[in-house]
Amino acid sequence: QLSLFRFTVKRPFSTSHSSVDSKEIKKFQLLAHKWWDEEGEYAALHSMNDIRVPFIRDTLLSMSSNYHLGNPLSGIKILDVGCGGGLLSEPLGRLGASVTGIDPVEDNIRTADQHKSFDPVLAKRIQYKCSSLEEIVEESMETFDVIVASEVVEHVADLETFIKCCSQVLKPEGSLFITTINKTQLSYVLGIVVAEKIMGIVPEGTHEWEKFVPPEELERLLESNGFAVKTMSGMLYNPLSGSWSWMESTGLNYAVHAVKAGAWAQSHATDTPPETDIQQHSATAGTA
Amino acid sequence: SSAAMAALRGRALLAPLGARLRAGPRAPLRSAASAPPLYDVVVSGGGMVGSAMAAVLGHDIHFHDKKIALLEAGPRKEYDHMPDSYSNRVSSISPGSATLLSSCGAWDHVCSLRLKPFRRMQVWDACSEAMIVFEKDDLDDMGYIVENDVIMSALTKQLDAVADRVEVFYRSKAVGYTWPLPSHSCDTSPWVQVELADGRRLQTKLLIGADGHNSMVRKEADIKNIEHQYDQSAVVATLHLSEATDNNVAWQRFLPTGPIALLPLSDTASSLVWSTSHEHASELVSMDEESFVDSINSAFWSNTNHSDFIDTAGAMFRSAISLLKPSGTAVRQLPPSVAEVDPESRAMFPLGMGHATEYVQHRVALIGDAAHRVHPLAGQGVNLGFGDVACLAHHLSAAAFNGSDLGSLKHLLKFETERQRHNVSLIAATDMLKRLYSTTLAPLVLLRTWGLQATNALPPVKVSI
Repeated sequence: QLSLFRFTVKRPFSTSHSSVDSKEIKKFQLLAHKWWDEEGEYAALHSMNDIRVPFIRDTLLSMSSNYHLGNPLSGIKILDVGCGGGLLSEPLGRLGASVTGIDPVEDNIRTADQHKSFDPVLAKRIQYKCSSLEEIVEESMETFDVIVASEVVEHVADLETFIKCCSQVLKPEGSLFITTINKTQLSYVLGIVVAEKIMGIVPEGTHEWEKFVPPEELERLLESNGFAVKTMSGMLYNPLSGSWSWMESTGLNYAVHAVKAGAWAQSHATDTPPETDIQQHSATAGTA
Repeated sequence: SSAAMAALRGRALLAPLGARLRAGPRAPLRSAASAPPLYDVVVSGGGMVGSAMAAVLGHDIHFHDKKIALLEAGPRKEYDHMPDSYSNRVSSISPGSATLLSSCGAWDHVCSLRLKPFRRMQVWDACSEAMIVFEKDDLDDMGYIVENDVIMSALTKQLDAVADRVEVFYRSKAVGYTWPLPSHSCDTSPWVQVELADGRRLQTKLLIGADGHNSMVRKEADIKNIEHQYDQSAVVATLHLSEATDNNVAWQRFLPTGPIALLPLSDTASSLVWSTSHEHASELVSMDEESFVDSINSAFWSNTNHSDFIDTAGAMFRSAISLLKPSGTAVRQLPPSVAEVDPESRAMFPLGMGHATEYVQHRVALIGDAAHRVHPLAGQGVNLGFGDVACLAHHLSAAAFNGSDLGSLKHLLKFETERQRHNVSLIAATDMLKRLYSTTLAPLVLLRTWGLQATNALPPVKVSI
């Protein structure tokens, strides 16, 4: 309730479209203390680490030439948007990255801070902040090497704003990792009916099918906001074994790796034949 | 107070969660300034298996920046060269175990100190002519007889090599453990607390119990242990042979009182492991050296336990096999005869079997004799332990590379499943063999005679052993 109050106070002062949905905040607040029970409500998110951490790690390793023994992500600054209780921030921190985790639900940040406080290595490498993405844009322009938005975009109010903000805080050629849920009949049946109502894999009411994001839509939004989509892969949860695996089809859950255009490419983003030069020039003025 | 509230909430959580939790004192929160040092892994027990665990993790690339501690109650053991006489505690090291020791650089030290490879193993019955011979087709070494002190010295050297990651606490006995709640509440430490005899305290994300068959880690973790004391003790000694020989065969004969084994140490020396009744073992250890040597030779050579019936039945079975499978009966070699025993080398220790019902709990794993204890007749004891080390190290390495919490049950359970699957059948088979060979009753002798002969004739069964 406290965080809702803070949110409403801030609202008149924000100059940009907000991507935070107040209904969503309420939902997660109720479960704030359940994050770290590996067999509790968030069990599926815990086991998702088994595929999303290697995905992030291996993609970043393949793009860099330095390798620090024992700390493969050493020197990399990562922003974990919608970090919740820190389930993904902690493994990334253990692998050597400097992680900033943000989440609009204050109880989540409190839980995350408490959990990392017992491990001096993590306490130093991870910083948590109760904030929406827009709120940190001004002070974090082109600050991060990597943004991770895992199981987040299906909860935001305005996806395009969200992606624009990601672009602003990401360094040129920085990486954006997204995992989310497709909007299909299958995802309605399995993702909502079975997962929430029947099997209780996900707490009921967590997801709204209307807000699920089809990969084509996500790709379109990314590409039109200065990102190049490098990888897109489907993910599958096996409720019997409690484990995730990769699959061809993006019909249910899927993961995306996109790279922000480099500094050179950005300023020449709309290199076009001379006749249309003037119109293009004025059109891009607002977005450069 | 909030600490009491947290504790109450914690106990309420305990009820529905079941078998993997345990009761016991909880660690209170300490301020960061006074908190005991935090390690990623603490190995309790610096014997061959515990030291190997610490050394292998210390040499693992994904543990490069991690902190490991090894707790050993005894003093440091290191030799630049071995004394002339052999130690009476030796182990049969399988090629798999040699590979593990090689992976952390210890095998080179073993080879430069001393060891004896053997090519062949002959196992036979005292009550019949039945015999089984194990031999690798490609004339490779089947295994190695190595003194335990040699292995310890090699591991100590390799622990020194990674001293920046592995801290070894010699003459340090753990006297108490305090366990965390699995999904911890705010006010209690999530780590395992270890208290040493001198009052020092450590914290760790994962505690590995390698503290032997009377494991304190296992007992404090309330893990049930299925155990059985055999009515047998093992007598060990270092023997000198009557004449120098190639000595690359390991011999084991099943007497009604228990198996007697001769393990090669050099061309002129062998190690004795004789499992027999407690009374007979005491007699053997206290009798004069000449009588002792006579007993050994008689145990290997005499045929007093044969009965005509069994001999005939056995011979018939052997002819039947040779009709079906001409190469299925092997040439019987004669074991060497013993001339002398090293004075002061005779010792005895009681035998038993044990198996922990669980190998892991939240932030705890058991390896080696702490998890399982077998009869020496199969020569597998330390090899099972090294197998545990290889498996657990593999899973911990992957977990570290995934940024996982090292004490998480998720990967610990994978280790438990893999090793229990492997160990249980071997321990059960060893126990069954021990019982089968402890009798002179004709039907059982016939059964094992034919069984041994059949096993000898069937390559696939022999290979899997």
